[in-house]
Amino acid sequence: MKFRVTHTTEYGYSQPVALCRNEACLLPRDTVWQQCLRSELQVDPVPADFRERSDFFGNRISHFAVQYPHEKLRVTALNEVVVSPDPQLLTAANQFPWDMVQKQLASERNPKVFSALPFLYDSPLARWSAELEAYARVSFPAGRPLGEATAELMTRIYTDFTYEPGVTTVTTPLVEVMETRRGVCQDFAHLGVACLRSLGLAARYVSGYIETLPPPGQERLVGADASHAWFSVFAPTLGWIDFDPTNNKSLGEQHITVAWGRDFSDVSPLKGVALGGGKHKVKVSVDVARIV
Amino acid sequence: MKIENGQFQKQHQGASSQSFATRLSAEDELGAAAGTLRPDEQKLLQTLDKLGTKRLLKRHKEAQRLLRENGATYNDFDTMDTARAWQFDPIPLIIDTEQWSEIETGLVQRAELFNLILADIYGPQKLIEDGLLPPELIYAQSGFLWPCVGLLPAGERHLNLYSANLAKGKDGRFWVLEDHSQPPFGSGYALENRIVMTRSFPRLYQDFQVHRLAMYYRVLADRLTQLARNKQAEPRIVVLTPGPENPHYFEHAYLASYLGFPLVQGADLIVRDGCAWLKTVGGLRQVDVILNRLADDLCDPLELREDSLLGVTGLLEAIRLGNVVTANAIGCNLIKNPALLAFLPALCRRLLGEELKLPSVATWWCGQPREREFVLRNLNRLIIKPIHPLAGLPEKLPGELSPVQLEEWRARINADPHLYVGQELSRLTRVPSFLGDKIEQRPCVFSTYLTATGQGYLAMSGGLSRIDESESRLLVSKSGGYSKDTWVLTGEPDKQVNLWRQAQPNQYIEASMGSLPSRAAENLFWAGRYAERSDATARLLRSILVQYREFSEFRDPDDRRNLEHLLRALTHVTLTYPGFVGEGAEKKLADPRNELMSLSSDVERPGSLRASLRGFGHSAYFVRDSLPVDAWRIVDNIQQNWNPRFSISYIGSGRLHDSIDRLLVQLSAFSGLNNDNMARETDWLFLKIGRSLERALNLIALLRATLVPYSKPSMEAQMFETVLATSNSLITYRRRYRSFMQLPMILELLLTDANYPRALAYQLKQLQRMVGELPQEPFADQANNTTGIKEFFADLSGTDLKPLIQLSGGGESYPLLEELLLEQKERLEKLSEKLMQLYFSPTLVRQRLGAIQQEQAS
Repeated sequence: MKFRVTHTTEYGYSQPVALCRNEACLLPRDTVWQQCLRSELQVDPVPADFRERSDFFGNRISHFAVQYPHEKLRVTALNEVVVSPDPQLLTAANQFPWDMVQKQLASERNPKVFSALPFLYDSPLARWSAELEAYARVSFPAGRPLGEATAELMTRIYTDFTYEPGVTTVTTPLVEVMETRRGVCQDFAHLGVACLRSLGLAARYVSGYIETLPPPGQERLVGADASHAWFSVFAPTLGWIDFDPTNNKSLGEQHITVAWGRDFSDVSPLKGVALGGGKHKVKVSVDVARIV
Repeated sequence: MKIENGQFQKQHQGASSQSFATRLSAEDELGAAAGTLRPDEQKLLQTLDKLGTKRLLKRHKEAQRLLRENGATYNDFDTMDTARAWQFDPIPLIIDTEQWSEIETGLVQRAELFNLILADIYGPQKLIEDGLLPPELIYAQSGFLWPCVGLLPAGERHLNLYSANLAKGKDGRFWVLEDHSQPPFGSGYALENRIVMTRSFPRLYQDFQVHRLAMYYRVLADRLTQLARNKQAEPRIVVLTPGPENPHYFEHAYLASYLGFPLVQGADLIVRDGCAWLKTVGGLRQVDVILNRLADDLCDPLELREDSLLGVTGLLEAIRLGNVVTANAIGCNLIKNPALLAFLPALCRRLLGEELKLPSVATWWCGQPREREFVLRNLNRLIIKPIHPLAGLPEKLPGELSPVQLEEWRARINADPHLYVGQELSRLTRVPSFLGDKIEQRPCVFSTYLTATGQGYLAMSGGLSRIDESESRLLVSKSGGYSKDTWVLTGEPDKQVNLWRQAQPNQYIEASMGSLPSRAAENLFWAGRYAERSDATARLLRSILVQYREFSEFRDPDDRRNLEHLLRALTHVTLTYPGFVGEGAEKKLADPRNELMSLSSDVERPGSLRASLRGFGHSAYFVRDSLPVDAWRIVDNIQQNWNPRFSISYIGSGRLHDSIDRLLVQLSAFSGLNNDNMARETDWLFLKIGRSLERALNLIALLRATLVPYSKPSMEAQMFETVLATSNSLITYRRRYRSFMQLPMILELLLTDANYPRALAYQLKQLQRMVGELPQEPFADQANNTTGIKEFFADLSGTDLKPLIQLSGGGESYPLLEELLLEQKERLEKLSEKLMQLYFSPTLVRQRLGAIQQEQAS
């Protein structure tokens, strides 16, 4: 499947900003199942120090600054990607009992396992708690295949938690999400990540987009999409298998991957520091369009 | 110990003639926990004996005074908190040549080892992949900074400064307790202790051949110069500090001043075009090397901790591009993770192919099952430490844990074993220590400092020792206790080393002028303003005290009215409303003593004399390296002498009057020393501009409050005399105009005489000249350039005085005089704003974009 994704963020300030410096994580990485045909980051006003680099996790980070007074900043990412996930991956993951994978991670040291180690521990937005671990354990009895157990965890998050925008922010701690049982895709992805890590499994947070289809008979609204997030579990020899708890789906043709990290804080789409500016307003629009 | 204590006191009272040395050995024989005195310690104590208790106490007091004056003991003028005093023990720790060479070799090996570990962790991470380092010690440890992986090119040295804390075990061997890339007690403290030691106890120092410390700083300065990526002859090097609120700010300032590098804060630096720049009064100047004293994770709010207000946005990117270098590399402080100690021997064999020379304190990391069992079994006998700072930890003093605390530790360790280590609390060799009134044997920890050289590392031949009453206090609580100098003995006298560099023949070294950091300029400006404001307030207070005594004696109604007039003027001049003017004024005018006390000594009240003196002290402290050494001593004395515990009885008794007299002499001495000693460069200009501006504003306020309202003839003369006395002009006036007290003459002297240093016209002329001499670069960006600033100055010298003394219709004031004064006041205030805008750090608020108000995701 081929998509064109346009992601625009616009900051408006009540007073001029003298100087700002930013990092964007908006350009999709290439993966085994995804190829980036074209990607471009447009910044208005014209930026200085505009460079792209690769971070610790291999994501594409764009660094830029606006070094003269401005009252508006617009950042647009234009991407075209081809996605072709392997439908057999989940089944393949079932050949390993989860507790065997956990033991391998704890004791084996080889390049494959090594690459998963950074994703084994607490991270700023996905921290262990006894409640989380207890919640996770239900789906992971001894000897259960990894794929099956993780898929059940995903389904439970999907059914136990209510999708409700506006009740949480990126800094809402998971303990609170566990209590209110409400949140958005970021919270659900963090939940999955923290649950898996509480069992000694390696899990990562994935940021990206999902194609949304309009209800039958209606026109697709341009720019009404949003950025998306899900989680991914590690199986030695296979690699990473993705689960989308917000939609109760494993990685499909509608999922476009941008970046991954330990949690949101590693892959924040756009962050920056501005000098001055008074109050600011932010406007975001995302458009995921299928191209033939 | 107790016996010893009693003995010393006896001797102190002259009842015992036992020497220090024999008493300490006697303690040994009694089986107390003391080491045998070595020959050099014997010799040292003999010298102390010769000095005698009395002189020892005197010298010790002198040393404490020096430390205080230099700012080492506290940097807080508000509290004068003696608890924070840096207690000095004049008996140095002595390390002989042989033992030192062993330590030195071990330290250099350790620095090499940590550098290789850091290069691996911030590079390929083979040590984790090969199982030599447990991954949780890196990935789950807050000292490891993810964005710093790959920050430096391969092969670049990460660790340029290294510090280890050592202690001598009962077996006489030294071992390492802690490793640091940024020790809390930096090498500046060692330098300070040495300087105080040599000044207060010169005999002691001469009797031994002691290694000097200067070589270390020389090599450090050279190394920092080498680090500049573009290898220019004169790279710009700065010391980055969190600021005066940091308890170790003194040390940062001290080190910066000794090395001759500007001391800067994060807001003084800016990243533009991929480079780091210092904001100076002459515009932006590129910075090549940063000696960093800011916690690693606070260095860049864009890539590291977002809530950091102390860092420099974009610093990591500038480092990545190779345009600026920090020492140490950001992220190095992960070497203080105590769990690494358990893995060092194996890492040393792997990375250096040799055995670790200096052993570390025995450390058990709870991430391993057997070690965890051991720690849990011995909880109350070990020092339990987290691998990185954790909030809300229970009491840590081994042996003093209650069952509840033990249970709390057990629960914590079981929940997150990999976050904790247990360390052996072994008995240390004790060393003789002078504790203010007695000599005792105390356990001692010794901080060492190393700097990289072109090829390897060099250790400072000396260091900073700290003692405390017990091992557990010394190793766990880390505050309090005493510090001592550390002497490394040498076979032959050390050559004198200094920090002067040798120029090439015919090399012309460009004077580094015109690059005064904006923040320093701002503080100089305010030091000038506060000094002058204190002076003006003190003089007015003194005039009021005279008037108050006069009235109290003679009870003359005119005196009473005059006094009230002056009291109201005091409120207007110091802007301490309502005071004697607004609500409740009647009561205060009837008995002004409480309000006068508050205006003298209430530090929390803006406008009070003490608040202005505090402002003066703070600003001067910041720029102390721009001031003559003796000028700083005066600042310190002022803070010491202006006692906040004045009582109301001081007003009638004349004691407050006397204190003000002394204060005025000190303030004059401060300005006199600066006049005589400071080069007429930018620093001087800002200090003087602040002074002149404030003097002009104070004079305007005084004249508006005293002369603009009409006084009846019977009171006029008295009022005029007070105004002249307050502006220190009575003598000049008398000489010029003899005994005629007339308003026009007073105005001629105080308003329009451009050659009289107390006159308004003189201040304006001086300000105009000095502002004209300031660097002009900042004007380049400005639409309205120098011509704009000219508008702020009026020439008052030719002013016609006649209209000014025309009374208003009702006869109650002089409206044109008021108009003129008000106009001048407004111009001066605009000038002050303009200077701030052009030369000082702009106070733009930094805000974060993105992280918190994140777009809604699906």
